[in-house]
Amino acid sequence: MIYPDGTEALHDVNFAINSGASCSIIGPSGCGKTTLLFILAGILKPSEGRVQLDAQPREVALILQDYGLFPWKTIYENVDLGLRLRGISRSERRGIVLSLLDKLGLRNFAYHYPKQLSGGMQQRVAFARALALKPRILLMDEPLSSLDALTRETLQNFLLRLWKDNGMTMILVTHSIEEAVFLGKEIIVLSPRPGHVVKIIENLNAGDENYRTREDFFTKCREVRQNIEQGAI
Amino acid sequence: MPRGQAEHRARGYIIAALLLTGLWYLASSMLDSPELPSPLTVLYAFIAGIRADLGFHILISAFRVLYGIALAGSFAVPLGLLCYNNRIDKLIAPVIYLLYPIPHIVLLPLIILLFGIGNLSKIVLIAIIVFFQILVTTRDAARNLSTNYIYSLLSLGATPKDVYRHVILPACLPKILTAMRISVGTSIAVLFFVESFATQEGLGYMIMYAWSKMDYPALYAAIVAMALLGLCLYLILECVEKRLCAWVYLQ
Repeated sequence: MIYPDGTEALHDVNFAINSGASCSIIGPSGCGKTTLLFILAGILKPSEGRVQLDAQPREVALILQDYGLFPWKTIYENVDLGLRLRGISRSERRGIVLSLLDKLGLRNFAYHYPKQLSGGMQQRVAFARALALKPRILLMDEPLSSLDALTRETLQNFLLRLWKDNGMTMILVTHSIEEAVFLGKEIIVLSPRPGHVVKIIENLNAGDENYRTREDFFTKCREVRQNIEQGAI
Repeated sequence: MPRGQAEHRARGYIIAALLLTGLWYLASSMLDSPELPSPLTVLYAFIAGIRADLGFHILISAFRVLYGIALAGSFAVPLGLLCYNNRIDKLIAPVIYLLYPIPHIVLLPLIILLFGIGNLSKIVLIAIIVFFQILVTTRDAARNLSTNYIYSLLSLGATPKDVYRHVILPACLPKILTAMRISVGTSIAVLFFVESFATQEGLGYMIMYAWSKMDYPALYAAIVAMALLGLCLYLILECVEKRLCAWVYLQ
């Protein structure tokens, strides 16, 4: 992927992810992780190569780094927007939105604006907005990076349950090694710019909320770290 | 706005009005000349004016100003928002920058030629001047929009039309309304200019007429009416802004 200004963000990135898998993409900052995600989401067109998805474009949801919520819309309107753009009837939308807000503990904040909510709650709104579309593929760009450590772990657990319950494919871009190992059954390590795949690491033990405290978790973190460092040379 | 805050503001206005009136009184008694009558004399003239036809002139002037601002906004806002698009901006921005610094008031002869000497040419001149103020602000707001919002909306499956409706317009609306609020002051200045000739209606005419008759209390009564008109329009636009852009004013 080469931008119009000549910056080459990605170079020769090849990988396949199984349907229903969870996958983390990790790499040093500026390695083109976000570009890669935008290409997967169909927002940017790659200058070379292509993406093949086992899903319609409308079955792909994207969650951005700073939540991507619209400050001028209430929580309800934010969650509702994707459905509205798809031309779903108001009454049907209402049912979906309210049940999601209930499920994520946001019902009492439906008519608040994002600014009035804490970071963790705003992030849950962003999840609700993505989930309202019943995506088969959920793409996330460092969704938890601006949260404090405890909120972050709570939401990581939440994300894990979400993935297990919904059976969707989850692709998560992160710069946190622990997050990548905790959430991704597959970890794709990218090199510094122009990003290319250094290694794809299997991480089959992921998917358990207690994984974080186990010895094999730390071993895996070390393996990922070594690969990132190697890729940087 | 919470009630306590509203009362606080009302008190501020009253204190400021008393202070200005006090200064005015001082100045008039020091000058001791018919060119600056005392506030009390002007108050009597104002009341007499309201009993006569001052209200009618205020309405005519308000109509001209509001029509002018609305006309300007209905062209400037869409055009400014379209400048979000790089290709359109490349086309429009140089034109704006060339035309903006011209004192548009000098276009008056041309406007009279095109629109006659009636109401329309007065409204058009106000509109042209305010148009550039709103356009420049709207364009700047649209150009400085974070692309993250756009990407976020596109990821929900939005069309370009949706992007304007759900992101670009609401994100720029606070700036647009602020620009309109500021343009009230400009448009009233222009109002005086366009009402000072070829009309027998409006506050500008009243001022010129009272001046020619050397009826200074009536002159100042019309000036006070103009100030009140500006204040009212300003406050109305501020209310609209607080209403439509509630999200900006959250604590």
